[in-house]
Amino acid sequence: MRGVSIIGVGQTPVGEHWERSLRHLAYEAVAAAMKDAGIEGAHAMYVGNMLSGEISGQSHLGALIADFCGLRGIEAVKVEAACGSGAAAVRMGYLAVASGAHDLVICVGVEKMTDDVGSKLTAALAQAADADYEVAHGVTFVGLNALLMRRYMHEYRVRHEDFAGFAINAHANAVGNPNAMFRKAITLEDFKGADMIADPINLLDSSPMADGAAAVVLCPTEQAHAFRGKPVRIAGSALATDCLSIHDRHDPLWLQAAEDSARRAYAQADITPADVDLFELHDAFTIMSALSLEACGFAERGKGWQLAVDGEIRPSGRIPICTMGGLKARGHPVGATGVYQIVEAVLQLRGEAGACQIHNARVAMTQNIGGSGATIITHILEVQE
Amino acid sequence: MGIPGSWRLRNQRLSLVGEVCHTCGNKIFPPRDVCPHCAREAQHAFQFSGRGEVYSFTTVFNPPAGFEEYAPYTVALVKLEEGPIVTAQLTDVEPERVAIGQPVEMVTRKLRDDGHAEVISYGYKFRPRITTD
Ligand SMILES: [Zn+2]
Repeated sequence: MRGVSIIGVGQTPVGEHWERSLRHLAYEAVAAAMKDAGIEGAHAMYVGNMLSGEISGQSHLGALIADFCGLRGIEAVKVEAACGSGAAAVRMGYLAVASGAHDLVICVGVEKMTDDVGSKLTAALAQAADADYEVAHGVTFVGLNALLMRRYMHEYRVRHEDFAGFAINAHANAVGNPNAMFRKAITLEDFKGADMIADPINLLDSSPMADGAAAVVLCPTEQAHAFRGKPVRIAGSALATDCLSIHDRHDPLWLQAAEDSARRAYAQADITPADVDLFELHDAFTIMSALSLEACGFAERGKGWQLAVDGEIRPSGRIPICTMGGLKARGHPVGATGVYQIVEAVLQLRGEAGACQIHNARVAMTQNIGGSGATIITHILEVQE
Repeated sequence: MGIPGSWRLRNQRLSLVGEVCHTCGNKIFPPRDVCPHCAREAQHAFQFSGRGEVYSFTTVFNPPAGFEEYAPYTVALVKLEEGPIVTAQLTDVEPERVAIGQPVEMVTRKLRDDGHAEVISYGYKFRPRITTD
C-alpha cells in the first residue's frame, strides 16, 4: 500500500444556506480544495452524504456532484454511513490512492438539512438507527443519546453539569473560526438553564443541524511535494463497525467501534494517545465526547467527563478537542461533518488555524461516528516533512 | 411500515418471540438468525417472559413523523430477565415515576398510526409490573 497525503482542503461556512442547493454547496467546497491544491482535474471523487434522498429528493450524488464540478466522466460514487458518511468517504478515497487505483482523489462531504424541519427531519435522522427495533418504537436520535447519558450518569454517579465543559469549550473555540455556525461563548449558567430536549439532554448538550460542505484532495505521499500546498500525511486510517442498535451492544456504555478503529489507527501510525496534539472528536452530544475519550484511551472508563471538568480538553490542556468549535458550535451538517473535522485538523497541522491555532501541532486525530456508534472512522494526520 | 413489514415482525412484535442459541445458550432478542455472542447459526424460537427492569429511559418531546399524537412519551431500554435489552415505550406510568431498576412487564399496545399506508401497527410496550408469578 502507498502512503497517502492531503494536498488541498476547502469548506463552506456552516449554517443555514437557504440560497444555495446541495450541489452548489458541494461545488463550493470542491472548488476551494482544488484551488488550494493547485489542480484542475482529478481521477475519482467520493461524496459523503446521508440525507439527500430524504430531504432533497436526490440520490445518485456521485455522478451529480462530479459533473457539477466540471469532472464529468471520472469515477464518482456516494458513500453513506449516517453521520459518519463524511469520514467514510475520505476512508474510501484513502483506499483508492493507497491501493494504487487512483493518483488524485477528491473526497467531499455535503449535507443540506435546513430545507426541511420538524418531524420529517427527525424521522430522516432516525434512519441511522434500527428501523424495526428502535425507530418503530418512537425513539429519536437524540432520544437514543439520552438513554445512554442517563445510564452513564446513573452508573458512574455523574451530574448533568459535569458535562458542561464540553459545550463551553466548543463554543469558546468556535469564536475564532470564521466558518463556524455559533461564534458565541456560553457559560455554565447558560448550560444549566438550557431547554430540555430529551431528558437529560438539553439544547446545549446537542449539536445543531446545519447545511455545509467540506472537501479534501488526496494524492500519494511520494508525489505530495509536487503540489503547491503544505502536505499533511494520513498516518493512520481505520473504519470499524458495531451493531446498529444500542440495545444489541454487549455494553451500551462502551463505543467498541471507537476503540477498534482507534487501536488500528494508532498501530498504523505507530503512536499512542499521548502523542496526539489535538483530537477532533464527534461531539454530536456531550455524552458522545465522554464515551469517545474513554474508548480511545484518553480517559479511564467512566471518567471521560473528568477531562472536561479539569479543563484538559481546552486548547492549552493535555488533549485539546473540538479546536474549531466541534459539532456543537461549528455545526453538524451530518454527512459533511467528518470531512470538516479532517479539514480543520489539516489547517491546525499547517499552522493555518488562525485564532484557533494549537501551538506546535504535529499530530492530529479525527473521529467521526455514524449513528449512536455503529460506524466509527478514525484518522491520524501528521505534518509531512 | 407497511402491511408486509408488520406481518413479518408479528411474532416478535406481538408475542416477544426471540431465539435461543443452541451453541452458547444465550437468549436472543430481537431474532437475528446468527448468534451475536458466538456468531453461530441460531434459529430456535424462544418465548420470552416479558418481564424485565428499566435499564435507562428518556422522554421524547419532539417525536418523528407518525408519533406526533403520542408525544410526550417515555422510551426505555428494558433489560429482560433472560438477558437481552430491548428498546420500547413505557406505558401506564407518569414519566416522573420512572426509575432505573424499576420492574416492568410487557403489554401489547398500538405503536403508531401510519397514515400513509393506512396501517395501525401494534407491538410491545412495557408497564410497571403488576402481576406476580
Ligand atoms: Zn451463541
